[in-house]
This record gives sequence, C-alpha cells and structure tokens, in this order.
Amino acid sequence: MQTKYELEDLGLVVWVPRELDHHHADILRAEVEMLIQVYRVKNLVFDFEQTDFMDSSGIGVLIGRSRNLGFCNGVVYARNLNGRVKKIFKASGLGKIIYVISEDGKE
Amino acid sequence: MRTNRMQLQFDAKSVNESFARVAVAAFFAELNPTLDEIADVKTAVSEAVTNAIIHGYQGGEGQVRLFCEVKGRQIHIRIEDDGVGISDVEKAREPFFTTKPELERSGMGFAFMEAFMDEVEVISALGEGTKVIMRKEIGKQEV
Repeated sequence: MQTKYELEDLGLVVWVPRELDHHHADILRAEVEMLIQVYRVKNLVFDFEQTDFMDSSGIGVLIGRSRNLGFCNGVVYARNLNGRVKKIFKASGLGKIIYVISEDGKE
Repeated sequence: MRTNRMQLQFDAKSVNESFARVAVAAFFAELNPTLDEIADVKTAVSEAVTNAIIHGYQGGEGQVRLFCEVKGRQIHIRIEDDGVGISDVEKAREPFFTTKPELERSGMGFAFMEAFMDEVEVISALGEGTKVIMRKEIGKQEV
C-alpha cells in the first residue's frame, strides 16, 4: 500500500487508501504522525475518494488525530465520503467529532 | 433447506484481516447480496478478526478459525480464537468501551458487528478464548 499525501492551504491532505482496516490503520497512523512533526502541520484533511472499506480501526485513527491536533487548536476534516464511508461515520457518530466537508465545500 | 459450509484457519496477523473478509464475501456471493450487504458482512468479519488478533492474542502468535455456513437465505459466521478471553462480555460490548485506548481502539467493534448483522452472540471466558457467532439474512431489504 502506498498512501499519497499533499500539502494544501487547509492542511495536510491524506489520500486514504482503498481499505482502512486495522492493518492499514497502523501504517497510516505512523506516516501521518511523522509528517505532522516534519511539516509542523496544524490541520489534517482525510480524503476518502478512493476508499471503499473502513472499519472501527479507521475510526480510531481519525479520533486519535483529532485529539492530538486539538491540543494545538488544529482540526481534522474529512471529504469525498462515499455511501459506505458515510454509513460508517453515521454508525460511529464520527460526524460529530470530525468536520465533514460536503461537495459544495461547506461543512 | 439448502446449506453450504466452509472453514478457514489462519495466523493471527493483521495482514490476514482483509483475506478473511474477502473470503467470506466471495463465499456468500451465491446469495446475490447487495453491495451494501456485502460491505456490512465484510465490516463485521473485519471487526471480529481484528478483536481476535489485538485482544485475543494481544498481538502475539496464534490461530484464528473462521466457519461460515449459508443456510437458505442466511449467512452464519463463527470466528474463534484460543486467546486470553474476555472477563466481562457485557462490558466489552458497550459502545466506546476499550481495554486498549493506547492503541487508539475506538471501542466500536462489537457495536459495528451489532449494527451490520442481525444477531451477534459472544461466548468467552478468561483463559478460554473467544467465539463470536453472527447471523444475517440476505435479501431482506425491500427494493
């Protein structure tokens, strides 16, 4: 698995891989933490455009990043949620913790 | 009633989580599930297998056993480990409860299994491993 990262005005964009389970979550978490340190990132944007599977391990990664960045007033955004990822967000109440950017750019 | 069964046994390694859920999805494809039903079952399997690896075997070595049975329009799944077991199953099933917050576990594993399957049964005791039994009827949703 190779995850793409990009620095945008909003913050560091993480192109979430096709599947975000426990196995991929551990890899992703380590990479994101390293990039946050190196580039002194304040905000994170998780882009789910390519993601068609996510379980509770993925939830853990998002909540963990939200908590860590929150200490420095940073924010975690999520965008390009497909139906499946939306269902996972809804089932876990994640939408209340993470800022979901809708298609028209509004929260 | 027509039945069809399969079983798998694999190492308790995180790389096998995707193998397990894809194998189950392929097995019950004959019931013509919707994409949503496939994803629901895959998520539930992923949660149970992840629990066996992280909690049952505490990230160490072990074997996870997976049994599947198609019974008419139902899929029955049993996921077993010989790990440490759960001392308080009721507590473990509470949403957001986790014994491993340091690993950023969300505590949503059992809640997801319950949300995405029709029935979830957990049989476990300390030192005796854990069995998770789940059932789901396929094709229940109205078109």
